[in-house]
Amino acid sequence: MASEIIRIPILQIEDFLVASIQVALHDRSAVQFRDDLLQRIYETKAKGLIIDLTAVDIVDSFIGRLIGDVAEMAALMGARVVVTGLQPAVAITLTELGLELSGVITALNLEKGIATLRRLVRQDEEEEGTRDARRAHDLYP
Amino acid sequence: MREGRTIFIHSDLDIVSARVEGRELAKALGFGTIDQARIATAISELARNIVLYAGEGTVTIRAIEQGGRKGVEVICEDRGPGIEDVNLVMRDGYSTSRGLGMGLPGAKRLMDDFEITSRVGEGTRVVVRKWLR
Repeated sequence: MASEIIRIPILQIEDFLVASIQVALHDRSAVQFRDDLLQRIYETKAKGLIIDLTAVDIVDSFIGRLIGDVAEMAALMGARVVVTGLQPAVAITLTELGLELSGVITALNLEKGIATLRRLVRQDEEEEGTRDARRAHDLYP
Repeated sequence: MREGRTIFIHSDLDIVSARVEGRELAKALGFGTIDQARIATAISELARNIVLYAGEGTVTIRAIEQGGRKGVEVICEDRGPGIEDVNLVMRDGYSTSRGLGMGLPGAKRLMDDFEITSRVGEGTRVVVRKWLR
């Protein structure tokens, strides 16, 4: 029943990927979405990913956990994830469900999400730079 | 007013149909967006339990009225394996399957009333209600 799978478009802006969920995702489409995101991070060597939930009115424990998984898996691949546009009702129901997504970074909207990603990636690069400098100093003092 | 509707739950596609039905009824009854999301999310959790643990079952969603107050009632029934220790599955974090262990306690927190009856080998019935304030 592959035809029932809904594919979410993933757009690239500079070093970042942006995916905005505009439809009610059933479980298999959500899993496909996770796999597509990780594959695109790998192919594009993106440094960051925004998952925009502005149009999403329900996030149940399955989708919530999946978003948490994407953030963790992307981190393993060296990419940062920011979730944007969480509606008040979604934030409330997620908390009441007991799913706090403590490892997921959020921003109010897409614009703020991009700014957050830029800051995170810059921090990562600076840390990397400091580490490299220190290593070079240790090797060639 | 809408009549109650029963949705047969066989797969993850039906989970979406059930929660859309729940949200529409809640909206028609005058529930606000946050309560609509609570009702739809609870339906999603309960319907997923049916798919995960029983394979199939039904979700019946209807408008109710009691003592002058209106509400939404959701009845989830399956003929699955049943639950041996209901108190255990109502604990946060408890899960025997791919569930997060928050389906039942989560649904309970999202709704006003929560009743569960289960018999091993016969199935499980969960009734939840949300009242219009």
